[in-house]
Amino acid sequence: MAFNIIVLAKQVPDTRNVGKDAMKADGTVNRAALPAIFNPEDLNALEQALLIKDSYPGTKITLLTMGPGRAAEILREGLFRGADDGVLLTDRAFAGADTLATSYALSMAVRKMGSYDIILSGRQAIDGDTAQVGPQVAEKLGIPQITYAEAIEEVKAGQIRVKRRLEHGVEVVACPLPAVITVNGSAASCRPRNAKLLQKYKHAKTITERQVEHIDYIDIYSSRPYLNLTEWSVADVEADPKQCGLSGSPTKVKKIENVVFQAKESRHLSGSDAEIDELMRELIVNHTIG
Amino acid sequence: MSNIFVYLEIEEGRVAEVSQELLTKGRSLATQLGCRLEAIAAAAATDSVAEQVFPYGVDRLHIFRDDRLSPYTTLPHSSILVELFKQENPQICLMGATIIGRDLGPRVSSALGSGLTADCTSLEIGDHEERKTGKVYKNLLYQIRPAFGGNIVAWIINPDHRPQMATVREGVMKKEILDPYYKGEVVEHQVNDFVKEEDFVVSIIDRHIEQSKVNIKNAPIIVSGGYGVGSKENFDLLYQLADVLGAEVGASRAAVDAGFAEHERQIGQTGVTVRPKLYIACGISGQIQHIAGMQESSLIISINNDPSAPINSIADYVITGEIETVIPKMIKYYRKNTK
Ligand SMILES: Cc1cc2nc3c(=O)[nH]c(=O)nc-3n(C[C@H](O)[C@H](O)[C@H](O)COP(=O)(O)OP(=O)(O)OC[C@H]3O[C@@H](n4cnc5c(N)ncnc54)[C@H](O)[C@@H]3O)c2cc1C
Ligand SMILES: Nc1ncnc2c1ncn2[C@@H]1O[C@H](COP(=O)(O)O)[C@@H](O)[C@H]1O
Repeated sequence: MAFNIIVLAKQVPDTRNVGKDAMKADGTVNRAALPAIFNPEDLNALEQALLIKDSYPGTKITLLTMGPGRAAEILREGLFRGADDGVLLTDRAFAGADTLATSYALSMAVRKMGSYDIILSGRQAIDGDTAQVGPQVAEKLGIPQITYAEAIEEVKAGQIRVKRRLEHGVEVVACPLPAVITVNGSAASCRPRNAKLLQKYKHAKTITERQVEHIDYIDIYSSRPYLNLTEWSVADVEADPKQCGLSGSPTKVKKIENVVFQAKESRHLSGSDAEIDELMRELIVNHTIG
Repeated sequence: MSNIFVYLEIEEGRVAEVSQELLTKGRSLATQLGCRLEAIAAAAATDSVAEQVFPYGVDRLHIFRDDRLSPYTTLPHSSILVELFKQENPQICLMGATIIGRDLGPRVSSALGSGLTADCTSLEIGDHEERKTGKVYKNLLYQIRPAFGGNIVAWIINPDHRPQMATVREGVMKKEILDPYYKGEVVEHQVNDFVKEEDFVVSIIDRHIEQSKVNIKNAPIIVSGGYGVGSKENFDLLYQLADVLGAEVGASRAAVDAGFAEHERQIGQTGVTVRPKLYIACGISGQIQHIAGMQESSLIISINNDPSAPINSIADYVITGEIETVIPKMIKYYRKNTK
């Protein structure tokens, strides 16, 4: 038995390490100052796919990402870790997409790929923290979803069993395939790059990358077809441009504000016995404690 | 007139805190807009839901009672909301930014082609003028939320699509009874008119839910520890202080990630929001994601060995020192002064 797995992965700015220069003077984010990384929970999703491939050799893992040309970096990253193929969905018309327009575009690409058993995504992307794209892709494809997955316990023909992490406990659910599974950060972390795969795929490129780098002619791309990363436009996936990008997004950003906190007039204490004694007395007297 | 709908999360017949908080918010928005507040209860046990929610000012309660609706699974609840919204055409729909709300909301919004904003920290009504066309939209829902890892705050609107959907975390809105004798109308729906047999393909095989032992959300005093506490053992100092003060122990994400404290104690943007009368921050630097969850505390004490820690700027008392020496002194002098 073998499965066809699609992993939805996003390249995101590393919002966890936002330095001072990451904010522009006008209060907007300077994306260029942040390193672009593989969305952390999408790596957890990839690992779940790789675990299935470990148990069922012959399983095919395809990474699907929508983003600018640069997002091909994470497709290579996925290949280095054991994915089989990568598809970049890129087009000016996809720009400015909210989660609904994103999931529409991704679902059209999935339809174009044809057959699939399992779609894995991260629970949420760290640039927006919305956790919407996975369930919305499931709805657009008309298939069930299992969110907050921590471990895929079993896959067999047409059926999957998944452990979910809830606020105050766990739940084990079973569901027919195909289905969308969104994977939590608490799931197994992704294995590192494999040295052999790194050698094999380091020259994997999209057609645009080859053109930009003027390496289009190199014949390795015809003799080694696995080095060609698929690149699709709106037209390639037969998407309706009105439902893509900014025009397909019901939510609009009205404004962005910088976060400022009202600084208080603080009293400074050194931590000496006398001062702590005084502080505790004061708090008791004004009924804050005691 | 299109109304405001709140999806009620129900566990064993009880309406979740977060849903009660949203009813209070929904009530004030409905009053402001001059529309009605409606609530949806889809569960196996719905008997006491009406008496639980009417005091919050619910005008109409939609009941879907069916054994197959509890525990929650995505598809039947989603079908119910989608069909009901097609009939009722609400202008606003609110749900908890919980595991259920964040599973259900996107599915419903996708089916209806309407926008959804996750994890709002504030909801307001206001107008909007489209710059290009000059078109003016009246009374939109401003969905205000932190974005980009909490480094900015975004105001999101959905000018053209209805319902305007938003999720809100537990503890962000305050719940408040409007009138204990408030009575709304109950509408009992035929579940089978809304769900299909295929909606029940996902089955729950096993489920372990533990009632949470920690109740930091409602604690009047919180002793909260960060990465600077240094170890799980040092966290014991915080428990000792909490013990004598009758407080709960909270934590920053860095402390939770380091394994010093359980996840349910995490305070901040991705944890709980708290507003105790006293918040003692021990070894917490005060990144915005943490401050977002505790800035409304009435009194803040910061204990930090770095006098320039950002949290100090919002603290009422700044104690510069090591938690290992300061906390034992606080315990000692609390005891001394209460004798
Ligand atoms: C999307 C996103 C969401 C997030 N959500 C949250 C959230 O919900 N809650 C949250 O807390 N964080 C959250 N964070 C993380 C947040 O950005 C910070 O990383 C975190 O709050 C830092 O925790 P800390 O202050 O304990 O650790 P640090 O920043 O490492 O601070 C430790 C402090 O301890 C002090 N210290 C060290 N030793 C001692 C000592 N012996 N005595 C006294 N003081 C000492 C140091 O001076 C320092 O100020 C989030 C981040 C992101 C990107
Ligand atoms: N542009 C994208 N390309 C591919 N996958 C995406 C994209 N945006 C979101 N996803 C997937 O959807 C998940 C949830 O994203 P979000 O709803 O933005 O929090 C992510 O973890 C990814 O797996």
